[in-house]
Amino acid sequence: MIHASQVTKQFGHGHKGVTALNGISLTINEGEFVSLLGPSGCGKSTFLRCLAGIETASSGNLLIDGKPIAGPPDRLGMAFQRDALLDWFDVLENVLLPADFGNKRKCDYEPRARELLEMAGLSAFIHSYPRALSGGMRQRVAICRSLLLDPRLLLMDEPFGALDALTRDQLNVDLHHLSQQRNMTVVFVTHSISEAVFLSTRVVVFSPRPGRIVEDIAIDLPRERRLAVRESKEFGDHARHIRGLFEKMGLIHD
Amino acid sequence: MTSPAWFAEQTVYTVGITFAGFVAAVVFGVLFAVVIVEWKLLDRLLFPLFVGLNSVPKVALAPLFIIWFGVGDAPKIAIAFLIAVFAVVIDTALGLRSVPPDILDLAKTMRGSRLKVLLRVKLFCAMPHLFAGLKVAMSLALVGAIVGEFVSSQRGLGYVILSAQGMFDTTRVFAAIAILAVVGVVLIEAVAIVERLAMPWHYSAERQGH
Repeated sequence: MIHASQVTKQFGHGHKGVTALNGISLTINEGEFVSLLGPSGCGKSTFLRCLAGIETASSGNLLIDGKPIAGPPDRLGMAFQRDALLDWFDVLENVLLPADFGNKRKCDYEPRARELLEMAGLSAFIHSYPRALSGGMRQRVAICRSLLLDPRLLLMDEPFGALDALTRDQLNVDLHHLSQQRNMTVVFVTHSISEAVFLSTRVVVFSPRPGRIVEDIAIDLPRERRLAVRESKEFGDHARHIRGLFEKMGLIHD
Repeated sequence: MTSPAWFAEQTVYTVGITFAGFVAAVVFGVLFAVVIVEWKLLDRLLFPLFVGLNSVPKVALAPLFIIWFGVGDAPKIAIAFLIAVFAVVIDTALGLRSVPPDILDLAKTMRGSRLKVLLRVKLFCAMPHLFAGLKVAMSLALVGAIVGEFVSSQRGLGYVILSAQGMFDTTRVFAAIAILAVVGVVLIEAVAIVERLAMPWHYSAERQGH
């Protein structure tokens, strides 16, 4: 579905310029859940933004369904680190925003929005303003919004980065179920090793800037996962292996 | 010429001029801000012109307005408008530019048109700034109305002050000044009330969750 070859991204020019991405080659197939894992500032978010059509690659090929990316692709859902909810609309209107922006009739999508919010346990808050919600609830609303138009491709840029550990675990479980139920491709940016291993079918490890791919690891845990999988030996092996990569890059030391 | 009814009549006149100038400043100020924020070229062309015009003391323009618009209400409204509009433009433009970058990214991924982004995002984002500007603009419109009445008028609190001064009637001058102060407070408070009604999300902060 996604095919990147030798993608680079340069910000600015000359010696003041910064190379954010340095020769990223990556293929992501339909239905995969791929995490891009790396230290802050390694360019993984930049790569995601290139996929979203918000940023354009400086060189290299970046294809979706065989076509080069020019602007946001069809049926794209995106979630951001800060939930990017509009404070001035209530929860329901926020979830309906993609329909409104796509010039579709909002009332056609209202049942779907209510269904998504119910699944997220937010039925009681449909007419609340985002300010009245906790961080975890806000991020749930943002995820409902990204799912409204049934995306084929869901891009998530550290969506749980600002949440406390318990809320984060819960949202990890919820997102895992969600990705199991639907046939969509998810590209998930994170710097949490356990989050990446828990959620993904593949983890792509990035080096510090300029970002390149250090290793592409298939996660062969069972498809249906519970939080307890994190205590299993296989999970531990994967996590240890990735931590080893970061140690080798000099990012963590004991 | 000193009965409460007479003072009330003059006050109503001045408030009317102030309000008309203020409304004109809001309408044209917001439109102008939208135009310069949405089109960079127009920003470069028109904004310096606008700043230049604002740098001219409005009192110096008053005689010109009287030549153009006569001695009726129009020149006074025009002066109130000119003095007030600057604050509206500056604050609205600031507000329209204050949209958080991730919300703009979100709008891009949803492929929203520029009009949708303006109507659903930028204008709402601008509202807190806009209302800060409106409070300044309201008090400036009052100043403008008084300036206008100083230059030529047979009515209004500015005229009361000027005519009382001619008769060394200090009491009447102070009476008019005190009324002006009260009017200023009431007008600003009125803007604050509209602000609270217009931005319920900003003020209904009661948490329904946990």
